[in-house]
Amino acid sequence: MNETTLEKLKILADAAKYDVSCASSGTSRGAKKDGIGTAAGWGICHSFTPDGRCVSLFKILLTNHCIYDCAYCLNRRSNDVKRTTFLPDELAELTIEFYRRNYIEGLFLSSGVIRNPDYTMEQMLRVVMLLREVHRFNGYIHMKSIPGASQELIAKVGTYVDRLSVNLEIPSEQNLKLLAPEKDHASVFAPMRFIQQGMLESAEDRKKFKKAPRFVPAGQSTQVIIGATNDTDKQILTLASALYKRPSFKRMYYSGYIPVNTSDSRLPVLAKPPLVRENRLYQADWLMRFYEFQAHEIVDDTQPDLDLDVDPKMGWALRHPDFFPIDVNVAPYEMILRVPGIGVKSAQLIVASRRYGRLNSVQLKKMGVVMKRAQYFIVCRELPMQTVNELTPQYVRRQVTQKQRKQVADLLQYSIQWE
Amino acid sequence: MIHFFYDKTFDGLLSCVFFAYEQKRFPDMILSESDPKPLFMDEQYYVPTEKEKSQRVWAALEKKLSKTAQNMMLHVWLSELPEVEMLLFRYICKNINHSKSYEMNFGDDDVLRVKEIALKVSREAERLRMFVRFQEMADGVYFAPIDPQFNVLSLVVPHFKARYANQQWIIYDTNRNFGIFYDIHTVQEISFSPKDLSELKLGKLSDEKLSEEEAMFQKLWKEYFQSITIKERINLKLQRQMMPKKYWKYLTEMQ
Ligand code: SF4
Repeated sequence: MNETTLEKLKILADAAKYDVSCASSGTSRGAKKDGIGTAAGWGICHSFTPDGRCVSLFKILLTNHCIYDCAYCLNRRSNDVKRTTFLPDELAELTIEFYRRNYIEGLFLSSGVIRNPDYTMEQMLRVVMLLREVHRFNGYIHMKSIPGASQELIAKVGTYVDRLSVNLEIPSEQNLKLLAPEKDHASVFAPMRFIQQGMLESAEDRKKFKKAPRFVPAGQSTQVIIGATNDTDKQILTLASALYKRPSFKRMYYSGYIPVNTSDSRLPVLAKPPLVRENRLYQADWLMRFYEFQAHEIVDDTQPDLDLDVDPKMGWALRHPDFFPIDVNVAPYEMILRVPGIGVKSAQLIVASRRYGRLNSVQLKKMGVVMKRAQYFIVCRELPMQTVNELTPQYVRRQVTQKQRKQVADLLQYSIQWE
Repeated sequence: MIHFFYDKTFDGLLSCVFFAYEQKRFPDMILSESDPKPLFMDEQYYVPTEKEKSQRVWAALEKKLSKTAQNMMLHVWLSELPEVEMLLFRYICKNINHSKSYEMNFGDDDVLRVKEIALKVSREAERLRMFVRFQEMADGVYFAPIDPQFNVLSLVVPHFKARYANQQWIIYDTNRNFGIFYDIHTVQEISFSPKDLSELKLGKLSDEKLSEEEAMFQKLWKEYFQSITIKERINLKLQRQMMPKKYWKYLTEMQ
């Protein structure tokens, strides 16, 4: 470890930073004898950079050399940037030393493509093998599969890492072709399917033999870039919802496009990255994963893009005033979840507590219900307040947008604390 | 007004519960000898801590409460907040007095408050798992100073013991002046002399105490932290919200 390592680290961290999928969740693993490391299941953030994003894994590229030329990427071969490559043992040692100091949960390894996909993947495999076998590292590893790598290599890598994933980057095939002529959706979906197959097989085997090797126990995730193309939120969310139906698929990441290659005419000129839209997509994603919403309830042909002024749950409620008001003292859990201002935790508290007596608005507030938003949609112990039906959706919309506009400027994907 | 005095231990508090039911006297305040004495004390009792009695109270609670609720009580105790004695006392009584389970009644202020405090305490424990920063010392021991608001060190020991099973470490609460030393086999409690402690509170260990490579790895980490930031997205408010300033003192990357 010396000054050249430092130089490499700077370049390859900088080149890796646009990949947002940093989560370290999905595997729970206790300590191994003579080894170092555990996986905490829910994932731990170890720091937050000045952009407010969580640092959980040591997110790094093996190299930023690349034989491809994707328009949206800093590392594309036609860019004139400083290039460098880590030696596998250098990167493994750095990972361990960071881990020992509790800086990180593990490694998130991605790479540009050198020589050919298989060669690149082999180099990456060497890093994870060194970590697992020489350093006896038992913490979290997320690896990005290189598009076009062989199934044999993917099968081998899958036995060493917790999560193995492929980035979609561009939501529609036609736009992908435009921006990355050397890639297509098939080169992403084929390895996705193969990884899933490996996971399901290993799960079957482990039912029969407890000792059968695990394969990618934390599943896969993917990332799409938002705002680099004209793809609509409906296209994006429909894609996400189809992916979430797959058993191996854990997370979709939405990454607001940051213009890295400003002179490319295929890309839009943006004054600022589309952070509000990105945040709305995360909220919609949240609704699909934890609030039992379907993609078509959030966006449809009449409204293919998310409303930037109100969050998607409020948007749905305002389009469906006939669903309200909800009596929180009797309504089933799923209906309570649909109320703007009531989150999963508050909904659970309400359902647990109302057996002891009818709840009033003071108690609801203490349970975390945001009455400023919920008041238009519920009745509780007191007489019903004025609801969205008497006040009209237009009126409620005006009331809540003023507040939301201010908040939204501060929101980014890792702070989905709205309810 | 009825006042109980006790020894500020958890067993002591449970002994107070036993005493109250036995004597049919229920306190308005539970104090320790070191607390300032209130002006009007009509009735006061010095409740001795008796392991056998506290265990009987706990056994009764174990029958009534879920593991989660038991755990929450311990978390509330570790908060060391001035309100905890009476809060836990009332919470225990309510659970004992109700024939059916009472712990899920979040419409009750005490039940909700116990949950709230327990959540705060477990959040701070979580923040330790996130923000502890070890520095390798010259003798190979990895050292991390902390100063949490609540007394949460004991809650995170199992996590660090499992994770760093093959490395010696010390996590030291500079606020309460005690720490945990793990020597690859067992953990033990340690405490430093006042002189060493005052140096510790400055946040940084002097260079001669650190291992040869430590400074280099700290530099690498800081450089990494800078490089991974996306300038177009700077949001310092969000950063502070996720990583409150009070933790920065011992964070390598923020020094
Ligand atoms: S293959 Fe990956 S690293 Fe190479 S240019 Fe395309 S996106 Fe960038």
